[in-house]
Amino acid sequence: MSTTKQYELVYIAAPEATEEQLAALATEVQQVVGRFQGTIEKTDVWGRRRLAYQIGRYKEGIYVLHVIHASGELVKELDRRLKVTDNIVRHLIVRVDEELAVAAHRKERRQAKTAKRRIARGLPAEPTPEEKMRHIAARGDSADGADEAEA
Amino acid sequence: MAEGFGGGGGGGRGRGGPKGAGDKGPRRGGSGGGGMFRRRRVCKFRSEKIDYIDYKDVRLLLQFIPERGKIQPRRLSGTSAKWQRKLQLAIKRARELALIPYVTD
Repeated sequence: MSTTKQYELVYIAAPEATEEQLAALATEVQQVVGRFQGTIEKTDVWGRRRLAYQIGRYKEGIYVLHVIHASGELVKELDRRLKVTDNIVRHLIVRVDEELAVAAHRKERRQAKTAKRRIARGLPAEPTPEEKMRHIAARGDSADGADEAEA
Repeated sequence: MAEGFGGGGGGGRGRGGPKGAGDKGPRRGGSGGGGMFRRRRVCKFRSEKIDYIDYKDVRLLLQFIPERGKIQPRRLSGTSAKWQRKLQLAIKRARELALIPYVTD
């Protein structure tokens, strides 16, 4: 559907939260997402991490990332729910589909350009493994500028 | 004679005006030697072909945050305007999630 967008939700759970409480948080998110016909693409628990600054009385937290496909209404509801949930120190929901699409497009275009240039020079379209190794070895020198100068 | 002198003076002033407005141009219209140390200015994101700045990538973001915790201006880092805007947003998001400090004393 055209209305689904991709979001990233990161929340910081309180460090003293038990396994069950963490599981409860996960199911709560799942329920809200399910109610709005969204899907969770990926869940990634980063685990316990030191906070860069103290939030309230907390100096560390348990970070959890969800990648969610859903509509905009879901975000509103999820945001509201997470705000009032105990055990959640902080959360952030960010829409990422547009940015990622732009990035993918950029990458694609660059690769196409490189392939074209390589073929024009009589090389195979993809760099060979040896070339890649040489490129990595040359990093740190100004080996990168050559690309744009050639174009 | 007097006319020629006046014209020359006016021309001189005219030249001094826009130069001063631009940036800290050479004082007294001398040669712009530029004794300051100049860094190699390249946009990291362009040269290293980074397509997306992830706010979760703390290691990348920290390269643009000097000790104090402030965002490094692009006049120092050489980042292009386009990428500096993206970088700025990513850093601010990371700060919100306490991945990066707002200030460090």
